[in-house]
Amino acid sequence: MLILLETNLLLEDKNKRNLYWRQNIRYLLMLLGVWFLVSYGCGILFVDELDKVKIGGFKLGFWFAQQGSIYVFVLLIFIYVYLMNKLDKKFDVEE
Amino acid sequence: MDIQTWTFIIVGLSFALYIGIAIWSRATSTKEFYVAGSEVSPLANGIATAADWMSAASFISMAGLISFLGRDGSVYLMGWTGGYVLLALLLAPYLRKFGKFTVPDFIGDRYYSQTARVVAVVCAIFISFTYVAGQMRGVGIVFSRFLSVDINTGVLIGMAIVFFYAVLGGMKGITYTQVAQYCVLIFAYLVPAIFISIMMTGNPIPQLGFGGDLVNEPGVSLLDKLDGLGTALGFTAYTQGNKPMIDVFFITAALMVGTAGLPHVIVRFFTVPKVRDARKSAGYALVFIAILYTTAPAIAVFARTNLIQSVSEKSYNEVPSWFKNWETTGLVEFKDKNGDGKIQYVQNPEINELKIDPDIIVLANPEIAKLPNWVIGLVAAGGLAAALSTAAGLLLVISTSIAHDLLKKTFRPEISEKGELRAARIAAACAIFVAGYFGINPPGFVAQVVAFAFGLAAASFFPAILMGIFSKKMNKEGAITGMLVGLVFTAGYIIYFKFVNPQANNADNWLFGISPEGIGTLGMILNFATAIIISKFSNDPPLEVQEMVENIRVPKSD
Repeated sequence: MLILLETNLLLEDKNKRNLYWRQNIRYLLMLLGVWFLVSYGCGILFVDELDKVKIGGFKLGFWFAQQGSIYVFVLLIFIYVYLMNKLDKKFDVEE
Repeated sequence: MDIQTWTFIIVGLSFALYIGIAIWSRATSTKEFYVAGSEVSPLANGIATAADWMSAASFISMAGLISFLGRDGSVYLMGWTGGYVLLALLLAPYLRKFGKFTVPDFIGDRYYSQTARVVAVVCAIFISFTYVAGQMRGVGIVFSRFLSVDINTGVLIGMAIVFFYAVLGGMKGITYTQVAQYCVLIFAYLVPAIFISIMMTGNPIPQLGFGGDLVNEPGVSLLDKLDGLGTALGFTAYTQGNKPMIDVFFITAALMVGTAGLPHVIVRFFTVPKVRDARKSAGYALVFIAILYTTAPAIAVFARTNLIQSVSEKSYNEVPSWFKNWETTGLVEFKDKNGDGKIQYVQNPEINELKIDPDIIVLANPEIAKLPNWVIGLVAAGGLAAALSTAAGLLLVISTSIAHDLLKKTFRPEISEKGELRAARIAAACAIFVAGYFGINPPGFVAQVVAFAFGLAAASFFPAILMGIFSKKMNKEGAITGMLVGLVFTAGYIIYFKFVNPQANNADNWLFGISPEGIGTLGMILNFATAIIISKFSNDPPLEVQEMVENIRVPKSD
């Protein structure tokens, strides 16, 4: 009986971990999607199209390649920190 | 006071500070020596990581390179910052949870194999040595240009300083010196940039200034002006690219992934107390790096505009004094081909009379902009801080690899804690001597091997670590063959085009038009593909390894 209970708890624990991990992967894909879009997308693949738009003295594609992508990178990491801290709490896996 | 006196005072003060910190933060255990006892706050670790990462190349050469590459220079800007997103999201938190000392530690344990560990150690040592040779050289060059001592004496002084705090304090000493070095280097980088931005555009923020209008030509934007100046001389417009898109794509990717796979950067995330600290400190690190990396393209634009306006079609007898000062160092060369006494600076190599080393952009910037003498001394101290902080981080990786991964984990597991600490100190000392030797007798290929360091990190470490975390079923057969395939392919490609057949090093002969700088990306893809295929046809990793993977995926330990 006790053993059964324990395996049940273990299974539940495993399930919880899987859910936690899957949510983490979902966050990663979302954030890395933006990461790819601002650098490889705006800064490289579509840079010439974006360059037709101007903000102040900057052509938009050029700005993304030399400024904008870096600002977004910083933001992405802090969004990740925020999301994961919340997720850790929700699943009670904080250190 | 003259430039020399200012430089001596500022550099002297900064060195005294580093030594003071070294004495204060002596390491007493291997844990303190390797990972600063894992007690560094996320903010301090972020600052230290930024200094660790930004080398002599970032500080002295990058703005200059961008200045001559224009939009193509974006590969460095995006490549060397975007890697931190990969590091923060995909590697740092899990490696912190794993909680040992080195990258080879992780590879060896995760792939339950001494072979894997040794392959990783060899890569780590190779990458670190190629890198550190360049730093020592950088120290020597700064000394010789600003303090007019011999390059070799400069290297020796640099060695002595690093010896003091790396051997004594290990990671603990290095971390707190790096915090101080970051402050010195960022201050030295920003002061001239802000001054020049105000002078040219009236905006004190360089990041905004270089998109603004010119002070002396209202209504004309700086970038348009520069595009016009350049095209008039036959250059590609500054804001347009020259390199084929596929190459830009692959170089950016190789630099990003390579950054995330560099052992001296990864190991910094072992020094914070918790998983959440590792995540946060990667964010801080990128903030502190971004301050310099978003300023660099502004400096590049200011300097290029200044340069063209102050030398193009000007009579050689009337050039400003900085021009002649730097001519004596060989960084500027003028040959009056048509004998008209004027400087023709144009794209066409037949008519062009001016050769400019990219390094001059940062080094001579204060003089070009006629800034006060103390700013010039500050730039010297900043260059030294950048070179020394990176050198120390790399030396530590070498010493840890030898004392911990090879000695303790492979050849002499019975060694005592005290013995291991002594071995680590001796290894650090030896590594400093080897690095100093390469600094004094630089192999002619230092510039080329930088592509090597990033390519190899991208093609070997990054995939092995990533799959070790994100694929429970990845086994040692897959990981080891993957690493070897990635390494052999990338190294072979770079060696062929850089050393065996350098004449063939042009876009027509490259595989899919990818230059050796970008080939690490393809090496990484091959590594992934090989590892996945091989692992499908061999046994799953042992259960305890799969459990270990489960365990590093959550911050809480059981």
